[in-house]
Amino acid sequence: MNYEIRLSGSGGQGLILAGIILARAAVIEKRRVTQTQSYGPESRGGFSRADVIISDEEIFFPEATNFNCLLALTQEACDKYLFDLRETGILIIDTTFVKNLALAAENTFELPFTDIAQEKLGSTITTNILSLAFLVKTTGIVKEESLQQSITETVKAAFLDVNLKAMQLGYDLAANYKK
Amino acid sequence: MPNIPQKIVHEYLRHDKKFPHVWCAGCSNGIVLGAIIRAIASLNLDRDDIVMVSGIGCSSRMPVYVDFNTLHTLHGRSIAFATGVKLQKPHMKVIVITGDGDCTAIGGNHLIHAARRNIDLKVILVNNNIYGMTGGQCSPTTPHDAIATTAPYGNIEPDFNICNLAMGAGASFVARTTAFHALEMQSIMKDALEYPGFSLIEVISACPVIYGRLNKKGGAPQMMKEFRDNSIPLAAVEKLPPEKVEGKIIRGILRREVRAEYTAEYASLVKRVQAMGGE
Amino acid sequence: MLKKTTKSTKAPAKESENPKVESKLDELQNKRERKNVLMQGNEAVAYGALDAGVNFFAGYPITPSTEVAEILATELPKRGGVFIQMEDEIASICAIVGASLAGAKSLTATSGPGFSLMQEGIGFAKITETPCVVVNVQRLGPSTGMPTSPAQGDIMQAKWGSHGDSPAIVLYPDSVKESYELTIRAVNLSEKYRTCVILLLDEVLGHMREAVQLPDMANVRVISRIKPTVPPHWYKHYDENQKYLSPLASYGEGYRFHVTGLTHDALGFPTNKSTEAGEMMERLRKKISYNIRDLVQIESHMMEDAKIAIFTAGITSRAAKAAIAMARHEGIKVGLLRPLTIWPFPDDAVRKMLRNVETVIVPELNQGQLIHEVQRLIKEKSDGSLIPIQRVNGQLITPNDILRKIKEVS
Repeated sequence: MNYEIRLSGSGGQGLILAGIILARAAVIEKRRVTQTQSYGPESRGGFSRADVIISDEEIFFPEATNFNCLLALTQEACDKYLFDLRETGILIIDTTFVKNLALAAENTFELPFTDIAQEKLGSTITTNILSLAFLVKTTGIVKEESLQQSITETVKAAFLDVNLKAMQLGYDLAANYKK
Repeated sequence: MPNIPQKIVHEYLRHDKKFPHVWCAGCSNGIVLGAIIRAIASLNLDRDDIVMVSGIGCSSRMPVYVDFNTLHTLHGRSIAFATGVKLQKPHMKVIVITGDGDCTAIGGNHLIHAARRNIDLKVILVNNNIYGMTGGQCSPTTPHDAIATTAPYGNIEPDFNICNLAMGAGASFVARTTAFHALEMQSIMKDALEYPGFSLIEVISACPVIYGRLNKKGGAPQMMKEFRDNSIPLAAVEKLPPEKVEGKIIRGILRREVRAEYTAEYASLVKRVQAMGGE
Repeated sequence: MLKKTTKSTKAPAKESENPKVESKLDELQNKRERKNVLMQGNEAVAYGALDAGVNFFAGYPITPSTEVAEILATELPKRGGVFIQMEDEIASICAIVGASLAGAKSLTATSGPGFSLMQEGIGFAKITETPCVVVNVQRLGPSTGMPTSPAQGDIMQAKWGSHGDSPAIVLYPDSVKESYELTIRAVNLSEKYRTCVILLLDEVLGHMREAVQLPDMANVRVISRIKPTVPPHWYKHYDENQKYLSPLASYGEGYRFHVTGLTHDALGFPTNKSTEAGEMMERLRKKISYNIRDLVQIESHMMEDAKIAIFTAGITSRAAKAAIAMARHEGIKVGLLRPLTIWPFPDDAVRKMLRNVETVIVPELNQGQLIHEVQRLIKEKSDGSLIPIQRVNGQLITPNDILRKIKEVS
């Protein structure tokens, strides 16, 4: 079966990079994967989303249409995509920006990822990795060590430390998350 | 045997294939062609290593007549095609034959960027102030007030100074001559062929049948006399009072400065990248 | 016979002077190939071009094709090849044609607005029978349209975009892996047929990443143009032979031939004779039509027992396959016919499909292009048997869109 993930927010939040990192982690586990994206012509602001579909079978349609997991980092993204989440799907929202949840999904996880990144890591730049690691730990879609390897292969050496810190913080937040 | 110029020219022509040519009686294109061939012959260049590229227009028909590697391209695009040829085979001499409309109207963008890159193309721009092949439409070098079929009441646009345009874009070798000054033309072309970098030679030329008739210039001899009487060599300009220079065609090599040539720069980039071991 | 060049482990471009550098490059190349990697469609095009021996790229940045240029800007110098960013797309197509005549295997990549600008140059490559490849990563048009949104609006332009009759070879992949394979095929066909081959990609595919394992270089079949064996004075730039495939000399090899965009004779010189003009045009036509079997490639997916067929190309076929899987699950007999070569059009395969099924659904991201080609081949059936699904709003046609239509007609 396909496992469909949509990472959504606005341009500049690093969601496409997060999608690439997640997809690469799946490749490390020798699974089938497609990663697509949609964004405006600008590199900052506007809508941005990255889809990752992970499967053990051939993946035909490359875009997520019925998500197993939705990560929403902005109110607009949450409002726009919430209704395409499966009933049993996992919703992860960044409460720094998502203040109004129109429909509480059964499996909703809420944390102010952006604020946490600013507070604990000194910058919001790693919000993408922080929330991605949270997603990975929560869904179990890829192994934690695969994500770590993928981050190591993908991000520039100079930024590796801070990203690995963000990853670890994401794992810890997921492990200690209380509903 | 004396070296009869006509015989030299004859040796470089595809005389058994594509003659008679398309040019009108009195046209300057033949003079330009002769000067190019004599310059090439004087340098003893291997004709297998010469590519002549042209666009669309009267002068751009030149490549079909000469026994070199020849490429008759699209209107305005000769410099872009030539850039591809030169980059692939940097050791070859790439000569571009173009006209005022071809090179400064539809092809103006390619001219300025090739000049900026300083890629080693020899651009010979035959400027007859008109679109001759299509019957006399206005070009960017048609003088103000001159008559063209698309400017029947007189041209209201100012004209380009092609050499200034090329120099403004960074061309490193820029020269101007006229069809009357055949030997000077040959000598400038020889210099350009030996010069490593983008070269532009503007040849002020006569189109007696189209431009001349529309503008009552008389026949070819009158137009040639005008080139003789109305032009001054660059060396003489300094010695003359400004009023004697005003409105005259200034002939000679207007700029010759050594600057990094594009294909050489590219070769050194490749060397540098490969020395890095492909990382 | 065409030369079959089996690739050695050597880098495809000019030989490096330093053998140490060369072996290091090989090492890098092999390291890349052995691994199963996450790769983008545009990246696959760039590596396909390199593996096919492309050693000259001239282009102008345009979304969503820019990654092809960016990767080749990095990779070509390592291999001694040429990368140049030109002043516009017109200059780009002209430069790759010039380079090809000087012996390069050349390619450019662009999108809608740039593809429109290139059309005159594409026509020049076709009439002068000069090998080159144009990759068009399609975006929503007309005009600037939506630069980061998909559309399949250039299918007809790829065939008819340049003025005059000029038979086209156009390939259309639907996955990252196939983007790599069809780029190599595009280069091979351009060399073999001496023409401008067009590779159409969808925006989504150009930017999409998938896990792919590229084949070892030993398993990549590379075709290069046939060189003349006759002395220069016997050389005809457009020599006749049975299949209309003739040898091609390069500038600087002593042949001193003439190339012109004017209608020309077999030697390449301009002609106004109607007999020679007619011959030249026939030659361009027959070069394609006499070699249909070699050019046409189709995928037939679950068509054996299908009562409903979906006919589509590129990314839309991925939605079709997903829809077929769902419909088959419900017992509906539906299959897919997908052209990998859209021009020349696979008339025979489409005729066969029309004979064997009751209904054909043609989903496409345009206001109706492929469907007219299918319509053209319908002789006996009523018009009702041909069902369009058309969308031009920047969104893909989804599996559910197609499934709904399948259920409606089944």
